[in-house]
Amino acid sequence: MAPPRNRRPGFSRRAQYGLFIGYVGLIGGGLIGGILLLLSTFNPPFFAPVRAVLSEITTPVASGFHWIRRGLGSIPDGIGSYFAVHGENARLKKRLANDAVTVARAQTLEQENRRLREMVKLRDVTTDAIVAARLVNSSSSSTRRYATLNAGSWQGVKRGQPVRDPNGLIGQVIETSPNSARVLLLADPESIVPVRRVRDGLPAIISGRGDGQVDVRSASVATMGFRVGDVFVTSGTGGVFSPNIPVARVIRTQGDIAIAQPTANPDALDFALVQQIFLPEPTPTPSPTAAPAEPKAP
Amino acid sequence: MSGIEFIPMGQSEKPPRAVWLAPLSVMLGSLMTLFPVVAVVPFLPPFGLMVLLGWRMVRGDSMRVWVPVLLGLFDDLASGQPLGSAMLLWTMCVLAIDVLDTRLVWRDFWQDWLIASGAIGFCLLAGRLVAAPIGAHVDTAVLLQIVASAALFPLVYRLCVWFDRDVRKS
Repeated sequence: MAPPRNRRPGFSRRAQYGLFIGYVGLIGGGLIGGILLLLSTFNPPFFAPVRAVLSEITTPVASGFHWIRRGLGSIPDGIGSYFAVHGENARLKKRLANDAVTVARAQTLEQENRRLREMVKLRDVTTDAIVAARLVNSSSSSTRRYATLNAGSWQGVKRGQPVRDPNGLIGQVIETSPNSARVLLLADPESIVPVRRVRDGLPAIISGRGDGQVDVRSASVATMGFRVGDVFVTSGTGGVFSPNIPVARVIRTQGDIAIAQPTANPDALDFALVQQIFLPEPTPTPSPTAAPAEPKAP
Repeated sequence: MSGIEFIPMGQSEKPPRAVWLAPLSVMLGSLMTLFPVVAVVPFLPPFGLMVLLGWRMVRGDSMRVWVPVLLGLFDDLASGQPLGSAMLLWTMCVLAIDVLDTRLVWRDFWQDWLIASGAIGFCLLAGRLVAAPIGAHVDTAVLLQIVASAALFPLVYRLCVWFDRDVRKS
Protein backbone atom coordinates (compact mmCIF):
# COMPACT_ATOMS: atom_id res chain seq x y z
CA MET A 1 0.00 0.00 0.00
CA ALA A 2 1.23 3.44 -0.84
CA PRO A 3 1.75 5.74 2.12
CA PRO A 4 -1.45 7.59 2.95
CA ARG A 5 -1.84 11.11 1.76
CA ASN A 6 -0.20 13.72 3.90
CA ARG A 7 -2.29 14.33 6.98
CA ARG A 8 -1.90 18.06 6.38
CA PRO A 9 -4.72 18.85 3.94
CA GLY A 10 -3.00 21.58 1.92
CA PHE A 11 -2.59 25.23 2.74
CA SER A 12 -6.25 25.91 3.40
CA ARG A 13 -6.73 27.01 6.98
CA ARG A 14 -10.32 25.88 6.80
CA ALA A 15 -9.36 22.33 5.88
CA GLN A 16 -6.66 22.20 8.54
CA TYR A 17 -9.05 23.36 11.25
CA GLY A 18 -11.66 20.93 9.95
CA LEU A 19 -9.28 17.99 10.41
CA PHE A 20 -8.21 19.24 13.83
CA ILE A 21 -11.82 19.59 14.97
CA GLY A 22 -12.47 16.10 13.59
CA TYR A 23 -9.80 14.70 15.88
CA VAL A 24 -11.14 16.71 18.80
CA GLY A 25 -14.54 15.15 18.06
CA LEU A 26 -13.07 11.66 17.88
CA ILE A 27 -11.19 11.89 21.17
CA GLY A 28 -14.05 13.73 22.88
CA GLY A 29 -16.50 11.11 21.62
CA GLY A 30 -14.24 8.35 22.89
CA LEU A 31 -14.14 9.98 26.32
CA ILE A 32 -17.93 10.36 26.32
CA GLY A 33 -18.04 6.67 25.43
CA GLY A 34 -15.90 5.92 28.48
CA ILE A 35 -18.26 7.89 30.72
CA LEU A 36 -21.30 6.13 29.25
CA LEU A 37 -19.51 2.83 29.83
CA LEU A 38 -19.00 3.65 33.50
CA LEU A 39 -22.65 4.69 33.81
CA SER A 40 -23.91 1.51 32.17
CA THR A 41 -21.55 -0.64 34.24
CA PHE A 42 -22.86 0.71 37.52
CA ASN A 43 -26.48 1.07 36.43
CA PRO A 44 -27.18 -1.44 33.63
CA PRO A 45 -30.86 -0.57 32.98
CA PHE A 46 -29.99 3.14 32.61
CA PHE A 47 -29.83 3.06 28.81
CA ALA A 48 -32.67 0.57 28.29
CA PRO A 49 -34.92 3.19 26.57
CA VAL A 50 -32.19 3.95 24.02
CA ARG A 51 -31.73 0.26 23.22
CA ALA A 52 -35.50 -0.13 23.07
CA VAL A 53 -35.73 2.32 20.15
CA LEU A 54 -33.38 0.23 18.03
CA SER A 55 -34.87 -3.09 19.06
CA GLU A 56 -38.33 -1.85 18.10
CA ILE A 57 -37.02 -1.41 14.56
CA THR A 58 -34.86 -4.52 14.34
CA THR A 59 -37.07 -7.10 16.06
CA PRO A 60 -39.59 -7.35 13.18
CA VAL A 61 -36.66 -7.92 10.82
CA ALA A 62 -35.22 -10.57 13.14
CA SER A 63 -38.67 -12.20 13.37
CA GLY A 64 -38.70 -12.39 9.58
CA PHE A 65 -35.25 -14.04 9.55
CA HIS A 66 -36.40 -16.46 12.24
CA TRP A 67 -39.48 -17.32 10.17
CA ILE A 68 -37.23 -18.07 7.19
CA ARG A 69 -35.01 -20.25 9.38
CA ARG A 70 -38.00 -22.23 10.65
CA GLY A 71 -39.23 -22.66 7.08
CA LEU A 72 -35.88 -23.94 5.87
CA GLY A 73 -35.41 -26.12 8.93
CA SER A 74 -38.71 -27.91 8.43
CA ILE A 75 -37.96 -29.06 4.88
CA PRO A 76 -35.70 -32.05 5.74
CA ASP A 77 -38.13 -33.00 8.51
CA GLY A 78 -41.06 -32.99 6.12
CA ILE A 79 -39.31 -35.24 3.61
CA GLY A 80 -38.10 -37.61 6.32
CA SER A 81 -41.51 -37.97 7.95
CA TYR A 82 -43.11 -38.78 4.60
CA PHE A 83 -40.97 -41.89 4.27
CA ALA A 84 -40.96 -42.89 7.93
CA VAL A 85 -44.70 -42.69 8.43
CA HIS A 86 -45.47 -46.44 8.19
CA GLY A 87 -42.96 -47.57 10.77
CA GLU A 88 -43.98 -44.72 13.04
CA ASN A 89 -47.64 -45.73 12.85
CA ALA A 90 -46.90 -49.26 14.02
CA ARG A 91 -44.62 -48.04 16.77
CA LEU A 92 -47.15 -45.54 18.07
CA LYS A 93 -49.93 -48.15 18.17
CA LYS A 94 -47.72 -50.41 20.24
CA ARG A 95 -46.81 -47.59 22.60
CA LEU A 96 -50.47 -46.62 22.97
CA ALA A 97 -51.29 -50.11 24.19
CA ASN A 98 -48.41 -50.01 26.65
CA ASP A 99 -49.38 -46.59 27.95
CA ALA A 100 -52.98 -47.52 28.71
CA VAL A 101 -51.93 -49.16 31.96
CA THR A 102 -49.87 -46.16 33.03
CA VAL A 103 -52.71 -43.79 32.23
CA ALA A 104 -55.14 -45.78 34.36
CA ARG A 105 -52.74 -45.71 37.28
CA ALA A 106 -52.16 -41.96 36.84
CA GLN A 107 -55.90 -41.34 36.85
CA THR A 108 -56.36 -43.07 40.17
CA LEU A 109 -53.39 -41.16 41.58
CA GLU A 110 -54.83 -37.89 40.36
CA GLN A 111 -58.19 -38.62 41.98
CA GLU A 112 -56.51 -39.47 45.22
CA ASN A 113 -54.37 -36.36 44.98
CA ARG A 114 -57.42 -34.16 44.42
CA ARG A 115 -59.18 -35.71 47.40
CA LEU A 116 -56.15 -35.16 49.63
CA ARG A 117 -55.72 -31.59 48.45
CA GLU A 118 -59.34 -30.83 49.21
CA MET A 119 -58.81 -32.32 52.61
CA VAL A 120 -55.96 -29.94 53.46
CA LYS A 121 -57.56 -27.07 51.55
CA LEU A 122 -54.35 -26.49 49.63
CA ARG A 123 -54.79 -23.92 46.94
CA ASP A 124 -52.52 -23.79 43.93
CA VAL A 125 -51.11 -20.40 43.06
CA THR A 126 -52.13 -19.82 39.48
CA THR A 127 -49.12 -19.11 37.32
CA ASP A 128 -50.73 -18.34 34.02
CA ALA A 129 -48.67 -17.70 30.96
CA ILE A 130 -48.99 -14.10 29.88
CA VAL A 131 -47.95 -14.61 26.30
CA ALA A 132 -46.34 -17.22 24.08
CA ALA A 133 -43.75 -15.64 21.82
CA ARG A 134 -40.56 -16.51 20.01
CA LEU A 135 -36.95 -15.81 20.85
CA VAL A 136 -35.82 -14.43 17.51
CA ASN A 137 -32.19 -13.45 17.95
CA SER A 138 -29.51 -13.05 20.57
CA SER A 139 -26.30 -11.24 21.40
CA SER A 140 -24.24 -13.74 19.44
CA SER A 141 -21.07 -11.66 19.30
CA SER A 142 -21.05 -10.59 22.95
CA THR A 143 -19.94 -12.41 26.08
CA ARG A 144 -23.28 -11.58 27.69
CA ARG A 145 -26.20 -13.87 26.95
CA TYR A 146 -29.29 -11.91 25.98
CA ALA A 147 -32.05 -13.01 23.66
CA THR A 148 -34.74 -10.89 22.04
CA LEU A 149 -38.37 -11.87 22.52
CA ASN A 150 -40.78 -10.66 19.87
CA ALA A 151 -43.44 -9.56 22.34
CA GLY A 152 -43.31 -6.55 24.61
CA SER A 153 -45.23 -4.34 27.00
CA TRP A 154 -48.19 -4.08 24.61
CA GLN A 155 -48.63 -7.85 25.06
CA GLY A 156 -48.32 -7.54 28.83
CA VAL A 157 -44.65 -8.47 29.24
CA LYS A 158 -43.09 -6.73 32.22
CA ARG A 159 -39.59 -6.49 33.64
CA GLY A 160 -38.64 -9.40 35.89
CA GLN A 161 -41.06 -11.97 34.54
CA PRO A 162 -39.72 -15.52 34.10
CA VAL A 163 -39.53 -17.06 30.65
CA ARG A 164 -39.85 -20.82 30.23
CA ASP A 165 -40.71 -23.52 27.78
CA PRO A 166 -42.19 -26.99 28.38
CA ASN A 167 -38.72 -28.41 29.11
CA GLY A 168 -37.69 -25.89 31.70
CA LEU A 169 -36.61 -22.40 32.60
CA ILE A 170 -35.00 -20.19 29.95
CA GLY A 171 -34.43 -16.92 31.72
CA GLN A 172 -35.94 -13.69 32.87
CA VAL A 173 -37.18 -10.54 31.13
CA ILE A 174 -34.88 -7.63 31.94
CA GLU A 175 -35.92 -4.88 29.53
CA THR A 176 -39.16 -4.28 27.71
CA SER A 177 -40.18 -2.04 24.88
CA PRO A 178 -43.64 -1.83 23.26
CA ASN A 179 -43.18 -4.76 20.90
CA SER A 180 -40.03 -6.54 21.99
CA ALA A 181 -38.33 -7.58 25.18
CA ARG A 182 -34.85 -8.57 26.24
CA VAL A 183 -34.40 -11.87 28.05
CA LEU A 184 -31.43 -12.62 30.30
CA LEU A 185 -30.72 -16.27 29.57
CA LEU A 186 -29.96 -18.79 32.31
CA ALA A 187 -26.40 -19.23 31.01
CA ASP A 188 -25.51 -15.55 31.36
CA PRO A 189 -22.66 -14.99 33.85
CA GLU A 190 -24.86 -12.66 35.91
CA SER A 191 -28.03 -14.75 36.09
CA ILE A 192 -28.88 -16.32 39.46
CA VAL A 193 -31.83 -18.63 40.18
CA PRO A 194 -32.75 -20.14 43.55
CA VAL A 195 -33.44 -23.86 43.14
CA ARG A 196 -33.92 -27.05 45.12
CA ARG A 197 -32.89 -30.61 44.42
CA VAL A 198 -35.79 -32.82 43.33
CA ARG A 199 -34.48 -35.84 45.25
CA ASP A 200 -34.44 -34.33 48.76
CA GLY A 201 -35.30 -30.64 48.49
CA LEU A 202 -31.75 -29.45 49.19
CA PRO A 203 -31.75 -25.68 48.55
CA ALA A 204 -29.16 -24.47 46.08
CA ILE A 205 -28.33 -21.55 43.84
CA ILE A 206 -27.76 -21.82 40.11
CA SER A 207 -25.63 -19.18 38.41
CA GLY A 208 -24.62 -18.98 34.77
CA ARG A 209 -21.06 -19.68 33.65
CA GLY A 210 -21.15 -17.99 30.27
CA ASP A 211 -20.29 -21.10 28.27
CA GLY A 212 -23.79 -22.55 28.05
CA GLN A 213 -23.61 -24.40 31.36
CA VAL A 214 -24.45 -23.37 34.89
CA ASP A 215 -22.83 -23.67 38.33
CA VAL A 216 -24.78 -25.20 41.21
CA ARG A 217 -23.87 -24.10 44.73
CA SER A 218 -25.44 -25.47 47.86
CA ALA A 219 -27.35 -22.83 49.80
CA SER A 220 -27.48 -24.74 53.07
CA VAL A 221 -24.73 -25.02 55.65
CA ALA A 222 -24.33 -28.75 55.34
CA THR A 223 -22.56 -29.21 52.04
CA MET A 224 -23.78 -32.57 50.96
CA GLY A 225 -22.06 -33.62 47.77
CA PHE A 226 -23.80 -33.30 44.47
CA ARG A 227 -24.11 -36.37 42.29
CA VAL A 228 -24.08 -36.59 38.53
CA GLY A 229 -27.66 -36.72 37.33
CA ASP A 230 -29.15 -34.63 40.14
CA VAL A 231 -32.06 -32.58 38.80
CA PHE A 232 -32.82 -29.11 40.12
CA VAL A 233 -36.12 -27.26 39.92
CA THR A 234 -36.98 -23.71 40.92
CA SER A 235 -37.84 -23.41 44.61
CA GLY A 236 -39.98 -20.27 44.51
CA THR A 237 -37.67 -18.54 46.96
CA GLY A 238 -37.45 -14.84 46.25
CA GLY A 239 -40.88 -14.78 44.68
CA VAL A 240 -39.82 -14.36 41.05
CA PHE A 241 -39.82 -17.87 39.62
CA SER A 242 -42.79 -20.04 40.42
CA PRO A 243 -41.77 -23.36 42.01
CA ASN A 244 -41.15 -26.66 40.25
CA ILE A 245 -39.92 -25.43 36.87
CA PRO A 246 -37.07 -27.74 35.81
CA VAL A 247 -33.82 -25.81 35.56
CA ALA A 248 -30.75 -27.99 35.16
CA ARG A 249 -29.21 -31.44 35.49
CA VAL A 250 -25.76 -32.02 36.97
CA ILE A 251 -23.21 -33.35 34.48
CA ARG A 252 -20.06 -33.25 36.61
CA THR A 253 -18.96 -32.18 40.04
CA GLN A 254 -16.02 -30.01 41.09
CA GLY A 255 -15.54 -30.09 44.83
CA ASP A 256 -18.28 -28.12 46.51
CA ILE A 257 -19.90 -26.91 43.32
CA ALA A 258 -21.38 -28.88 40.48
CA ILE A 259 -21.61 -28.06 36.81
CA ALA A 260 -25.01 -28.60 35.27
CA GLN A 261 -26.60 -28.46 31.86
CA PRO A 262 -29.83 -26.42 31.56
CA THR A 263 -32.79 -28.62 30.67
CA ALA A 264 -34.16 -26.15 28.12
CA ASN A 265 -32.20 -25.33 24.99
CA PRO A 266 -33.17 -21.77 24.06
CA ASP A 267 -32.25 -22.29 20.43
CA ALA A 268 -34.33 -25.40 19.83
CA LEU A 269 -37.58 -24.24 21.29
CA ASP A 270 -40.62 -23.28 19.30
CA PHE A 271 -42.40 -20.94 21.67
CA ALA A 272 -41.27 -19.36 24.90
CA LEU A 273 -43.89 -18.77 27.58
CA VAL A 274 -43.70 -15.60 29.62
CA GLN A 275 -45.13 -16.19 33.10
CA GLN A 276 -46.40 -13.95 35.85
CA ILE A 277 -43.98 -13.08 38.60
CA PHE A 278 -44.70 -15.72 41.26
CA LEU A 279 -45.49 -13.36 44.14
CA PRO A 280 -45.90 -9.98 42.42
CA GLU A 281 -46.40 -7.55 45.28
CA PRO A 282 -47.65 -7.97 48.82
CA THR A 283 -51.42 -7.54 49.09
CA PRO A 284 -52.33 -4.45 51.11
CA THR A 285 -53.05 -5.34 54.71
CA PRO A 286 -56.63 -4.50 55.74
CA SER A 287 -56.83 -1.44 57.93
CA PRO A 288 -57.83 -2.18 61.54
CA THR A 289 -60.86 0.16 61.41
CA ALA A 290 -62.51 -1.69 58.56
CA ALA A 291 -61.87 -5.16 59.96
CA PRO A 292 -64.44 -5.28 62.85
CA ALA A 293 -67.30 -4.27 60.55
CA GLU A 294 -66.97 -7.36 58.42
CA PRO A 295 -67.86 -10.24 60.80
CA LYS A 296 -71.32 -8.75 61.44
CA ALA A 297 -72.40 -9.53 57.92
CA PRO A 298 -74.05 -13.00 57.68
CA MET B 1 -12.70 3.70 -13.91
CA SER B 2 -12.66 3.74 -17.72
CA GLY B 3 -10.99 6.55 -19.60
CA ILE B 4 -10.92 10.12 -18.44
CA GLU B 5 -14.07 11.60 -17.06
CA PHE B 6 -14.87 15.10 -18.28
CA ILE B 7 -15.52 17.47 -15.39
CA PRO B 8 -16.52 20.95 -16.55
CA MET B 9 -14.82 23.98 -15.11
CA GLY B 10 -16.22 25.19 -11.82
CA GLN B 11 -17.82 21.87 -10.93
CA SER B 12 -16.33 19.64 -8.30
CA GLU B 13 -15.63 15.97 -8.69
CA LYS B 14 -18.47 13.60 -7.81
CA PRO B 15 -17.92 12.48 -4.20
CA PRO B 16 -16.96 8.81 -3.90
CA ARG B 17 -19.72 6.53 -2.74
CA ALA B 18 -17.65 5.62 0.34
CA VAL B 19 -19.14 8.78 1.86
CA TRP B 20 -22.40 6.98 2.50
CA LEU B 21 -21.48 3.36 1.82
CA ALA B 22 -18.75 3.09 4.46
CA PRO B 23 -20.94 4.02 7.48
CA LEU B 24 -23.85 2.04 6.05
CA SER B 25 -21.79 -1.12 5.59
CA VAL B 26 -20.38 -0.84 9.11
CA MET B 27 -23.93 -0.53 10.49
CA LEU B 28 -25.05 -3.54 8.49
CA GLY B 29 -22.07 -5.41 9.92
CA SER B 30 -23.20 -4.48 13.43
CA LEU B 31 -26.69 -5.73 12.61
CA MET B 32 -25.35 -9.23 11.85
CA THR B 33 -26.49 -10.03 15.41
CA LEU B 34 -30.00 -10.30 13.95
CA PHE B 35 -28.88 -13.71 12.69
CA PRO B 36 -31.72 -15.94 13.95
CA VAL B 37 -29.82 -18.11 16.42
CA VAL B 38 -30.13 -17.97 20.20
CA ALA B 39 -26.50 -18.59 21.05
CA VAL B 40 -25.22 -19.91 24.37
CA VAL B 41 -21.60 -19.00 23.60
CA PRO B 42 -20.23 -15.96 21.77
CA PHE B 43 -19.59 -17.30 18.27
CA LEU B 44 -20.26 -14.45 15.85
CA PRO B 45 -17.25 -12.30 14.84
CA PRO B 46 -17.69 -8.56 15.45
CA PHE B 47 -18.53 -7.75 11.83
CA GLY B 48 -19.15 -4.05 12.47
CA LEU B 49 -15.62 -3.56 13.78
CA MET B 50 -14.16 -5.73 11.00
CA VAL B 51 -15.85 -3.67 8.27
CA LEU B 52 -14.71 -0.45 9.96
CA LEU B 53 -11.11 -1.70 10.04
CA GLY B 54 -11.44 -2.90 6.45
CA TRP B 55 -12.46 0.56 5.25
CA ARG B 56 -9.75 2.16 7.36
CA MET B 57 -7.11 -0.12 5.82
CA VAL B 58 -8.39 0.15 2.25
CA ARG B 59 -8.58 3.92 2.29
CA GLY B 60 -7.58 6.08 5.24
CA ASP B 61 -9.89 8.96 4.34
CA SER B 62 -12.95 6.87 3.55
CA MET B 63 -14.94 8.47 6.36
CA ARG B 64 -14.77 11.52 8.55
CA VAL B 65 -12.41 11.27 11.48
CA TRP B 66 -15.17 11.36 14.13
CA VAL B 67 -17.56 8.91 12.46
CA PRO B 68 -16.25 5.79 14.33
CA VAL B 69 -17.67 7.22 17.57
CA LEU B 70 -21.21 7.25 16.21
CA LEU B 71 -20.76 3.84 14.58
CA GLY B 72 -19.54 2.52 17.93
CA LEU B 73 -22.66 3.88 19.62
CA PHE B 74 -24.82 2.08 17.06
CA ASP B 75 -22.89 -1.15 17.58
CA ASP B 76 -23.38 -0.89 21.34
CA LEU B 77 -27.14 -0.63 20.82
CA ALA B 78 -27.18 -3.71 18.59
CA SER B 79 -24.59 -5.98 20.20
CA GLY B 80 -25.63 -6.40 23.83
CA GLN B 81 -22.36 -5.07 25.22
CA PRO B 82 -22.71 -2.29 27.81
CA LEU B 83 -23.38 1.05 26.14
CA GLY B 84 -20.19 3.03 25.53
CA SER B 85 -17.78 0.10 25.25
CA ALA B 86 -17.53 0.07 21.44
CA MET B 87 -17.55 3.89 21.39
CA LEU B 88 -14.43 3.87 23.56
CA LEU B 89 -12.67 0.81 22.13
CA TRP B 90 -13.25 1.58 18.45
CA THR B 91 -12.00 5.13 18.99
CA MET B 92 -8.86 3.76 20.61
CA CYS B 93 -8.31 1.39 17.66
CA VAL B 94 -8.76 4.14 15.07
CA LEU B 95 -6.40 6.47 16.94
CA ALA B 96 -3.80 3.71 17.28
CA ILE B 97 -4.00 3.03 13.52
CA ASP B 98 -3.60 6.75 12.82
CA VAL B 99 -0.45 6.76 14.93
CA LEU B 100 0.84 3.63 13.17
CA ASP B 101 0.20 5.35 9.83
CA THR B 102 2.80 7.93 10.70
CA ARG B 103 5.34 5.27 11.77
CA LEU B 104 4.92 2.50 9.18
CA VAL B 105 4.30 4.52 6.05
CA TRP B 106 4.86 1.75 3.50
CA ARG B 107 2.97 -1.36 4.35
CA ASP B 108 1.30 -4.14 2.44
CA PHE B 109 -1.64 -6.42 3.08
CA TRP B 110 0.16 -8.65 5.57
CA GLN B 111 0.88 -5.76 7.91
CA ASP B 112 -2.71 -4.54 7.49
CA TRP B 113 -3.98 -7.99 8.43
CA LEU B 114 -1.71 -8.14 11.46
CA ILE B 115 -2.77 -4.69 12.67
CA ALA B 116 -6.46 -5.46 12.13
CA SER B 117 -6.15 -8.78 13.98
CA GLY B 118 -4.50 -6.98 16.86
CA ALA B 119 -7.29 -4.42 16.93
CA ILE B 120 -10.01 -7.11 16.83
CA GLY B 121 -8.30 -9.07 19.60
CA PHE B 122 -7.93 -5.95 21.72
CA CYS B 123 -11.60 -4.98 21.28
CA LEU B 124 -12.90 -8.48 22.03
CA LEU B 125 -10.72 -9.00 25.10
CA ALA B 126 -11.43 -5.54 26.49
CA GLY B 127 -15.13 -6.00 25.72
CA ARG B 128 -15.09 -9.30 27.62
CA LEU B 129 -13.44 -7.61 30.60
CA VAL B 130 -16.00 -4.80 30.80
CA ALA B 131 -19.08 -6.89 30.00
CA ALA B 132 -18.71 -10.19 31.86
CA PRO B 133 -17.45 -10.75 35.40
CA ILE B 134 -13.85 -11.92 35.73
CA GLY B 135 -14.93 -15.37 36.91
CA ALA B 136 -17.07 -16.12 33.86
CA HIS B 137 -15.92 -19.11 31.82
CA VAL B 138 -15.98 -17.36 28.46
CA ASP B 139 -12.27 -17.03 27.73
CA THR B 140 -11.98 -20.09 25.49
CA ALA B 141 -14.95 -18.96 23.45
CA VAL B 142 -13.51 -15.44 23.15
CA LEU B 143 -10.13 -16.79 21.99
CA LEU B 144 -11.84 -18.91 19.33
CA GLN B 145 -13.88 -15.86 18.33
CA ILE B 146 -10.68 -13.82 17.92
CA VAL B 147 -9.07 -16.53 15.77
CA ALA B 148 -12.19 -16.85 13.60
CA SER B 149 -12.46 -13.08 13.20
CA ALA B 150 -8.80 -12.73 12.24
CA ALA B 151 -9.21 -15.55 9.72
CA LEU B 152 -12.29 -13.89 8.20
CA PHE B 153 -10.73 -10.44 7.98
CA PRO B 154 -9.26 -10.87 4.45
CA LEU B 155 -12.77 -11.54 3.12
CA VAL B 156 -14.04 -8.35 4.73
CA TYR B 157 -11.05 -6.50 3.30
CA ARG B 158 -11.85 -7.78 -0.18
CA LEU B 159 -15.45 -6.71 0.30
CA CYS B 160 -14.35 -3.19 1.22
CA VAL B 161 -12.04 -3.05 -1.81
CA TRP B 162 -14.99 -4.10 -3.96
CA PHE B 163 -17.23 -1.45 -2.39
CA ASP B 164 -14.56 1.14 -3.04
CA ARG B 165 -14.00 0.28 -6.71
CA ASP B 166 -15.55 3.51 -8.02
CA VAL B 167 -12.51 5.51 -6.88
CA ARG B 168 -9.64 5.76 -9.33
CA LYS B 169 -6.56 4.40 -7.65
CA SER B 170 -3.47 6.40 -8.56
